[in-house]
Amino acid sequence: MTNSFGEFSRAKMFLVIGSNMTEAHPVAATFLKNAVMDGAKLIVVDPRAHALTRFADLHVPIRVGSDIAFMNGVMNVLIKEDLYDKEFVKTRTVNFEELKQTVLACEPEAMAVICGIEPGVIVKAARMLAAVKPVMLCYTLGITEHTCGRNNVVSTANLQMLLGNMGMECGGVNPLRGQNNVQGACDMGALPNVYPGYQQVINEESRKKFGTFWDVGNLPDKNGLMIPQMMDGLVDKSVRGFYIFGENLANTEPDIRKVEHELASAEFLVVQDIFLNETTRFADVVLPAAAWSENDGTFTNSERRVSRVRTASVPPGKAMPNWWIFREIAKRMGQTWESVSAQEIWDNEISVLAPALGGIKYHRIEGDGLQWPCPTVEHPGTPVLHQKIFTSGKGSFTPVTWTPPAEVPDDAYPFVLSTGRRLYHYHTRTQTGRCEGLNDLLSEETADISLGDAQRLGVADGERVVVRSRRGRVEVKARVTEEVPKGMVWMAFHFREGNANWLTNPAFDPFTLTAEYKACAVSLEKA
Amino acid sequence: MTDSFMVINNREVRFEPGQTILEVAGANNIEIPTLCHLKGTTPTGACRICVVEVEGPDKLVPSCAEPARVGMVVQTESAEVIKARRSILRLMLSSGNHNCDIKDYDTKDWTQDQLRLLSGETPQELCPAWGDCKLQDLAFKYQVKAVGQPLSECKYPMETGNPLIVRDFSRCILCGRCVQACREVQVNNAIDFGYRGADAKIIAGTDVSLKDSDCVFCGECIQVCPVGALFEKKAKNGARPWETQKIRTTCPYCGVGCQQILHVKDGTIMKVTGAEDGKPNLGRLCVKGRFGYDFIYSKERLKTPLIREGETFRSASWDEALNLVAHRFSKIIDTHGPDALAGVSCARSINEDSYQMQKLFRAVFKTNNIDHCART
Repeated sequence: MTNSFGEFSRAKMFLVIGSNMTEAHPVAATFLKNAVMDGAKLIVVDPRAHALTRFADLHVPIRVGSDIAFMNGVMNVLIKEDLYDKEFVKTRTVNFEELKQTVLACEPEAMAVICGIEPGVIVKAARMLAAVKPVMLCYTLGITEHTCGRNNVVSTANLQMLLGNMGMECGGVNPLRGQNNVQGACDMGALPNVYPGYQQVINEESRKKFGTFWDVGNLPDKNGLMIPQMMDGLVDKSVRGFYIFGENLANTEPDIRKVEHELASAEFLVVQDIFLNETTRFADVVLPAAAWSENDGTFTNSERRVSRVRTASVPPGKAMPNWWIFREIAKRMGQTWESVSAQEIWDNEISVLAPALGGIKYHRIEGDGLQWPCPTVEHPGTPVLHQKIFTSGKGSFTPVTWTPPAEVPDDAYPFVLSTGRRLYHYHTRTQTGRCEGLNDLLSEETADISLGDAQRLGVADGERVVVRSRRGRVEVKARVTEEVPKGMVWMAFHFREGNANWLTNPAFDPFTLTAEYKACAVSLEKA
Repeated sequence: MTDSFMVINNREVRFEPGQTILEVAGANNIEIPTLCHLKGTTPTGACRICVVEVEGPDKLVPSCAEPARVGMVVQTESAEVIKARRSILRLMLSSGNHNCDIKDYDTKDWTQDQLRLLSGETPQELCPAWGDCKLQDLAFKYQVKAVGQPLSECKYPMETGNPLIVRDFSRCILCGRCVQACREVQVNNAIDFGYRGADAKIIAGTDVSLKDSDCVFCGECIQVCPVGALFEKKAKNGARPWETQKIRTTCPYCGVGCQQILHVKDGTIMKVTGAEDGKPNLGRLCVKGRFGYDFIYSKERLKTPLIREGETFRSASWDEALNLVAHRFSKIIDTHGPDALAGVSCARSINEDSYQMQKLFRAVFKTNNIDHCART
């Protein structure tokens, strides 16, 4: 997030696109709702009429995967009607002419056809957005989990720069991160192209810096593999040893049958986790780890805030902290690492190596955490990014055009399947499935369908249906709801039985290799 | 800054126009008791326990709703005020099942009764808020006992039909904090005041059970309940507040990073509340943050390293398992090169774990084949 949760309740207007915030980030949604109750405007762009749309001044029910068409249509109106922030565009950005050329070809009439809405709605949304300043744009996986995910993200930035909503309080582009520490795992360099603090592995100086600090030579100089490439590598044997730490890949990746074949192909698979799960079935060695609240450490949230995690209980049996396990393997392969606690690892290594974290030390985050960039121990942290200048100087417009999902409905598979999370569970339920009460509130997967489709197929609420895609089939109860538009089936991936990932399409964004969880074609019939 | 002054308890204090008497007192470390008042929400003036005496014709006013005025002279603990508070407390005590030491049962067996309840044989009878109850605190402070008041029967049965929140109407004082929390803080709009007069009750929807209402079980209502009317079902046999250690930590679920207080007794989390004023959540939690903690105590937790043996696993020592991992990985590196290894880190675990894993891959294995689920 360029901005902070603390600004939500003071914001004047929100554009929420591809985010079911009330279920996936409930506490963030409460602050947004507080602002709306105090008079802030809210536009929700989402195929589904989820709970947040009840608070919206305008709900734009675009077709799945048509976000770029919608945003280009809005920018077309902003430029044609001269409603954009000319001062911001002139002083803070480059490439405006390129953007203009692209979006002027995106007339609302044509974009509305792609989005499945009336052209007037695009015009209305554009005028509403131009009438209030600043507007906070929030998105979640509805933007990224598409084959055009990277271009979707770029579009949100184009729009906010055109409106001049960047670099100020209560504005910005704000992706709400799905996991407690997905921001942190990126910051820590658990990525194939960067060291901690986003320092490139292909940069010789970075390699020298880390090589010297770690006291090792020959750090690898080319980018590594991304998860989908690793999985392919297991099958073609270019990858032979695979180490999975705290991920239930067998349920979370698209096309479960394919994933299980890939996991079964591993020559040697190590899984480090707190429970046996669908993924450990393929393991050669399982290492028992300490869980949340069983060791000290830090998480970094969506707003870049590094907060403390503390020990409350002891791990069961011989389970050990993950950092200890990695250290022990390093020791057995000839390296003895000095740090022997999470605090030592953070204070003496991470915050020394990553410039943006240089001022964050454990003693400074005993109470509230600090938001990076925080380069020195005197620095108060940074709630709002890009305030006077963009990190890279000027903000660059990157025009993009709409592309359809990799798989669209046809005669054989006439429905679009879109997926996400539900309030009462988290991911594959390895944790929430073992919490007293949560299973009682939601005990099985459903296929959420519209009233119109239910009537046409003769399916009543709670009756069983079969959902098929080119990759698999599941049989689940139908949940007939007004939230879902006609022609859509909506499911989650919390339960092994009826998991949407038996159906989802392993088609990936070409830049990020993020899978298109939000769109594939399925058929639906009464069981 | 404007210079507006008033007098509280013979002290001249400055205030900002728009502040209530309660806020001015709070800013000057003058304590005024409250029950229904909930910070950040519209004052309801429902309980009137915060009455103060103002010089002038309308002597007693609720300080939570009354704006401070220039030249106002206020007494927060005058004889009149105390008399009013005692009478309010007496009414509250007699309105419900407040079976702690503030309730005189017209019986000589009170001590024995309390000991029996505390022994845990029939814990449901003992108020779960015992020792953590604002009404109890105030009754003690103002020495009010509902002597001679018969215990009025509650019209409404306890609601235990959902897995997380118990609603005991017999202990509800109708202060409305839960309603404020639900409607103004979390904006879930699931509960409200229902019925009138002696029938008054906090209702969900059209007086249905929480499970059948719009309730999303965030539990904010429990956190703000000043008495024992709302409590966590899981924590029903839990610890009394003085027995628990309060540990601040960060929620393990979504990317908001809510700050929690773990209430820990003998190394076990008894319940979780939001860290008041902690950033970014300012005390708020959702259903998973408040009730999703006990997976760590599951009997299914992995307790020992496991090594595959045919179709199953056998237990192993750390030494054996780690030696095997190091040996097999080393062999793969020797035979096929370091890029024949790949790893996926965990976006749920702490920063320090992800740092160590990428260090292991880069500095020891010598490959950049390390990723995590940010892209999926």
